[in-house]
Amino acid sequence: MEEEIVTLTIDGETIKAKKGTTILEAAKHAGIDIPTLCFLKDINEVGDCRMCIVEVEGRRGFATSCIQTVEEGMVVHTHTPNVLEARRTVLDLIISNHAKDCLTCTRSGNCELQTLATKFNVLHVEYPGEMTKHKIDDKSPALVRDFNKCILCRRCVATCKNIQGIGAIDCINRGFESCISTVGDHSLNDVNCTFCGQCIEACPTGALHEKESIKEVWARLKDPESYVVAQTAPSIRVALGEEFGMDIGTNVAGKMVTALKRLGFDKVFDTNTGADFTIMEEANEFVERFKENNTLPMMTSCCPGWVRYIEENYPELLPHLSSCKSPHQMFGALIKSYYAKKENIDPSKIYVVSIMPCVAKKFEAIRPEMQNDGLYDVDGVITTRELSRMIKQANIEFTKLEDSKFDDPMGEATGAGAIFGTTGGVMEAALRTAQDILTGEDLEKIDFEAVRGGKGIKKATVNIAGKEIKVVAASGLKNARKILEEIKNGKADYQFVEIMACPGGCIMGGGQPIKSAKIRSEVDVRKLRANALYSIDEKSTIRKSHENPVLQKIYKDYLGKPGGELAHKLLHTHYEKREKYNFET
Amino acid sequence: MKTLEEIHEIREEKRKELDLRVNTKADTREKHILVCQGTGCTSSKSPEILENFRRILKEKNIENVRVIKTGCFGLCAKGPIVIIRPEDTFYAMVTPEDCEEIIQTHIVEGKRVERLLCKDIDGKIVNSLDELNFYKKQKRIALKNCGVINPEDIDEYIAFNGYKALERVLDVMSPEEVIEVISKSGLRGRGGAGFPTGKKWELTRASKGKQKYVVCNADEGDPGAFMDRSILEGDPHSVLEAMIIAGYSIGANKGYIYVRAEYPIAVKRLDIAIKQARDYGILGKNIFGSGFDFDIEIRLGAGAFVCGEETALLESIEGKRGQPRVKPPYPAESGLWGKPTLINNVETYANIAQIILKGADWFSSIGTEKSKGTKVFALGGNVNNIGLVEVPMGTTLREIVYDIGGGIPNGRDFKAAQTGGPSGGCIPKEHLDTPIDYESLKEIGSMMGSGGLIVMDDTKCMVSLAKFYLEFTVSESCGKCTPCRIGTKRMLEILENLCNGKGEEIDIYRLETLAKNIQKSSICGLGQSAPNPVLSTLNYFREEFKEHAIDKVCRTAECKALATIGIDEEKCKGCGLCQKHCPVNAIKGEGREKRVIDQSICIKCGTCIATCPFHAIN
Amino acid sequence: MEKENKQCDCKNKKDEFLEKLFEEYLPEKDNLIQMLNEVQEHYGYVPMHVQKELSEYLKIPMAEIYGVVTFYSRFSLEPQGKYKISVCLGTACFVKGSQKIMDRLTDRLKIGPGETTKDGLFTIEQTRCVGACGLAPVFTINGEVYGRASVQKLDQVLDELINKEKQNA
Repeated sequence: MEEEIVTLTIDGETIKAKKGTTILEAAKHAGIDIPTLCFLKDINEVGDCRMCIVEVEGRRGFATSCIQTVEEGMVVHTHTPNVLEARRTVLDLIISNHAKDCLTCTRSGNCELQTLATKFNVLHVEYPGEMTKHKIDDKSPALVRDFNKCILCRRCVATCKNIQGIGAIDCINRGFESCISTVGDHSLNDVNCTFCGQCIEACPTGALHEKESIKEVWARLKDPESYVVAQTAPSIRVALGEEFGMDIGTNVAGKMVTALKRLGFDKVFDTNTGADFTIMEEANEFVERFKENNTLPMMTSCCPGWVRYIEENYPELLPHLSSCKSPHQMFGALIKSYYAKKENIDPSKIYVVSIMPCVAKKFEAIRPEMQNDGLYDVDGVITTRELSRMIKQANIEFTKLEDSKFDDPMGEATGAGAIFGTTGGVMEAALRTAQDILTGEDLEKIDFEAVRGGKGIKKATVNIAGKEIKVVAASGLKNARKILEEIKNGKADYQFVEIMACPGGCIMGGGQPIKSAKIRSEVDVRKLRANALYSIDEKSTIRKSHENPVLQKIYKDYLGKPGGELAHKLLHTHYEKREKYNFET
Repeated sequence: MKTLEEIHEIREEKRKELDLRVNTKADTREKHILVCQGTGCTSSKSPEILENFRRILKEKNIENVRVIKTGCFGLCAKGPIVIIRPEDTFYAMVTPEDCEEIIQTHIVEGKRVERLLCKDIDGKIVNSLDELNFYKKQKRIALKNCGVINPEDIDEYIAFNGYKALERVLDVMSPEEVIEVISKSGLRGRGGAGFPTGKKWELTRASKGKQKYVVCNADEGDPGAFMDRSILEGDPHSVLEAMIIAGYSIGANKGYIYVRAEYPIAVKRLDIAIKQARDYGILGKNIFGSGFDFDIEIRLGAGAFVCGEETALLESIEGKRGQPRVKPPYPAESGLWGKPTLINNVETYANIAQIILKGADWFSSIGTEKSKGTKVFALGGNVNNIGLVEVPMGTTLREIVYDIGGGIPNGRDFKAAQTGGPSGGCIPKEHLDTPIDYESLKEIGSMMGSGGLIVMDDTKCMVSLAKFYLEFTVSESCGKCTPCRIGTKRMLEILENLCNGKGEEIDIYRLETLAKNIQKSSICGLGQSAPNPVLSTLNYFREEFKEHAIDKVCRTAECKALATIGIDEEKCKGCGLCQKHCPVNAIKGEGREKRVIDQSICIKCGTCIATCPFHAIN
Repeated sequence: MEKENKQCDCKNKKDEFLEKLFEEYLPEKDNLIQMLNEVQEHYGYVPMHVQKELSEYLKIPMAEIYGVVTFYSRFSLEPQGKYKISVCLGTACFVKGSQKIMDRLTDRLKIGPGETTKDGLFTIEQTRCVGACGLAPVFTINGEVYGRASVQKLDQVLDELINKEKQNA
């Protein structure tokens, strides 16, 4: 079908646009910028904030440019004095009910409201008045809600409900008393929140942010008794640079290691190596299950948001979950056992800080199962954003740093470990190892294109050793639900399922640098970050986890066989049914 | 199930039987005692009256007298109302204790109970309904059956040509023809905005899609308006019939009536009506053998004014918070569950069957050039005849207030009238002769609205009135869009400051600017019209705003912070009425002495002002 | 006039009412408000555990249900007082002075609209038009309409109720 083209006028310019295009989009193509606030492309297109209003000739009242579509002969004015005054009034009203403590706000400098206020030269509030008051919810280990800073844009609600299919938060009350909250205004900790943190990424202000753990890390770094080890997840290196003005998808691994050293970490390890261990264990677990046709499909377990989700929503399917710990937990366990022994360090003095693209990892690290001999595998989890704040606090000029290498002997990671950060990556890495185990050969075909890319659900059939294995990689919890429903209803014929809670995988995690709605609507952030990971993989000399020499050495010297007794003790875990709503009714 | 023939038979038989309802000279030995069971009269014990009549008749073994429950007669101020037909005797303010006497004197002895006869404003006893000034200038189309038939008996509806229009539509008219008649009649939406009804039907018909819906907006939320409720309580089948016709015309098989849960009587009568219509095969499959199917479901609202806004209403039917959607797309294109949906309000539907039966020309001969037919108003406030009136479009406000409404009580002066409720505006004295139609009201800064018409006398403070409406809007704002959520709150705060003596002159300008911006930038009708009461009072009573802001004076003393209530020595006759009513005993004086207010005790409640028969207190 | 308050003590087991409710309504999202109306009618409020049951039955997150409950003024989260006094603040009543009645009521009971006295006896509500405009101003107590009301009339009724309760106690 041919696309219908309409001709319209925007600010005096004649513009052609496809039918169905919004006025906002059409204007953007014509190089005309219309301010927005509640708009978040493909996620929240509701027209609530009224910043994007424009004048359309012949229409009573203003048109909502983020929703309303172009029409033949339409005449649009985007910045008449009337429109500007109305926008200024709208902005004034929003600010009149917004906490104005920008100096002490985590989003200062990266706040969409602040940007607009600057743009509109808001030097005083024309209509001040009563402000809604909310108590701050910081009970959960992962997220903080400070809805005194909420502007009711509902981007978080749309993300939580429509993208993730969770609905932990929603709009409650009515009129001026409206606010975004949970059922009964309980803490996120006690409701069906999975701690994926996607709401943080969606929030234009500081109303939602991670529970900061920087203070403890600084304290440990200061403490001469502590042996502070950093490990960084695959996704950090391709996003951290953004916080220092570098292009999206720049690999800053070398600078990151240097910066961590400067901050005073005793050792800086690569969680990618942890990922290699995960693959060893998981691929072996899969091969075992596959051979015995035991509780298939097997589902990956490295995403803590996803694990919390299945524990709360589909406890009956928990046996399908791989018993493997996630890479940083495995790695933490190895640091405090193998590495401590090898280096002759008292494990109780070791303080492992995981730098993660994720806020759910903060919750994962304190799960009681994540301990060995009374010591937690990981002691502190900070996000990419928190690391950038530490670097800034230390006055390190990040962009000018020289590169350094991760510390050895836990530093050599494979390309398989690198792609863990993107949807489909765990699957691909596992398949590389599984096919070698199953065939007993060193196969050359290692790129599994079918599970790459940004689609929410990617299905593929791979042929290994004459056997067909059906796999699926899903990202975003709404997509996860679809797969789980299939399994629950006996309609799934997969053998291996990879799930990541965040759409796009860890590179788009809730702990990553926050991109404004404008950037999100113009740039495919996921693709740029993912490409950087695939490029690391491509450039790696070793691209299969089981071929990692460090790993082979540790299995040989210490762990024994994958899935063996010690491996199980250190590298595996268990799950349990969790109440979705954990409060007295 | 009834065949068409059976329905014709019912119509003929029943019509004969009910002739006495509309014909004072009806040839019958029967009498019907009609007892209003609308919400107004029900609130003052009319169900008990109904029961008493039935009991007494049974006890006395009186035959040929039937007690009928009816919908609202309109003159609620005189309720509970009892009318005896065929002689059309009008008893007002009847109590359950009066029943015995009415039966004995009127029914048994054939005399009238003089003390209960309704008196007009001038004190003249009225012999029948038609003699009342209240009814003289009215023309009843939408309310035609209200107070005439028993709303819980489908046969009575059928008797007065009920479902005849539907029969004609299904029998000989194409959907296009129906729409043409409605378009030609000039009927416009009675919910407030006045969109041409035929056009709406046409657009919904033209929208692509197999599944379409017909919705009746019965979420009458304008405080002080009860037109739709009275129609649903008095003549529910007229709405059902119109919805079926609408369904046939636009190509829908399913209808929803969204009605306030706060209207229990209306809901119950609708429920009964739907069941009866289903029993007769008028709702359901293959209606009248035409092959056309249609059914109707009731959906209850749960107390949110904004759900009267059509897209919020749709959200609510879908089980969600009633938050309006951005338009376009309009419901005609994308409505319930994204399907093309026709939404009309109760009163609009109540006109449909008669337009079909009597023709577009008949309907368009009533009213003004652009506003055809009649409009029902709920007349309330400081007016003598509080109640429900239906007048031809173009009737002036003066006629409604003075001729129909009987003027202002207590000899007070008319100050303003508010139409359109919290979305409308006030009409001052100088516009009393404005003909009431969509365009004229808009021109003077008000709007037709759904039909609330509140009269205010000169004891009312217009700043405080604006504040009252803003309080309403603020508490009913859904909270979705910024201007309405925060903006109306800020407007209210400014008004509160003005009323509390904390305002400044600049506040009037701030208020005005903010109001205009909210008007233009809000998502839905509620936000867009919320500033209207403020802008119109500002327009006509700016002086009062200035007095509040600059002089810190409220001339009516309604704003307590700005009032000192004093008694005019010259006017005071020493009757002591104010003293008697003062809740805090702040008024001193004995016997025929002129009264004085002790300012240290006075709480400025204003009761004395209202009670003084000599207007001596200000 | 006295209303029995069905305090729900069936924390974990589904009571008969809910079972019937689930029989009557299909688990479809658009039934939520209808079901909540019945719940409100039955219990006098919408208990949290019922919201949880509804969430499971209709597959709607609790936050959304809570959002709906807090949106519509007919639904309440707390049990209502034995006497629910509603003052009509519709325009017709307002113009006739109903605000004074409301002021008097809140003043006497020391609670605001929407609140319930500590002893659980009184709940004050403001309503917008009960439809008895001909009797304006009006207030209602548990649905019974008191028309052509005044501060004095309110005082009188309130005194009677308070005295009655004192005697009962």
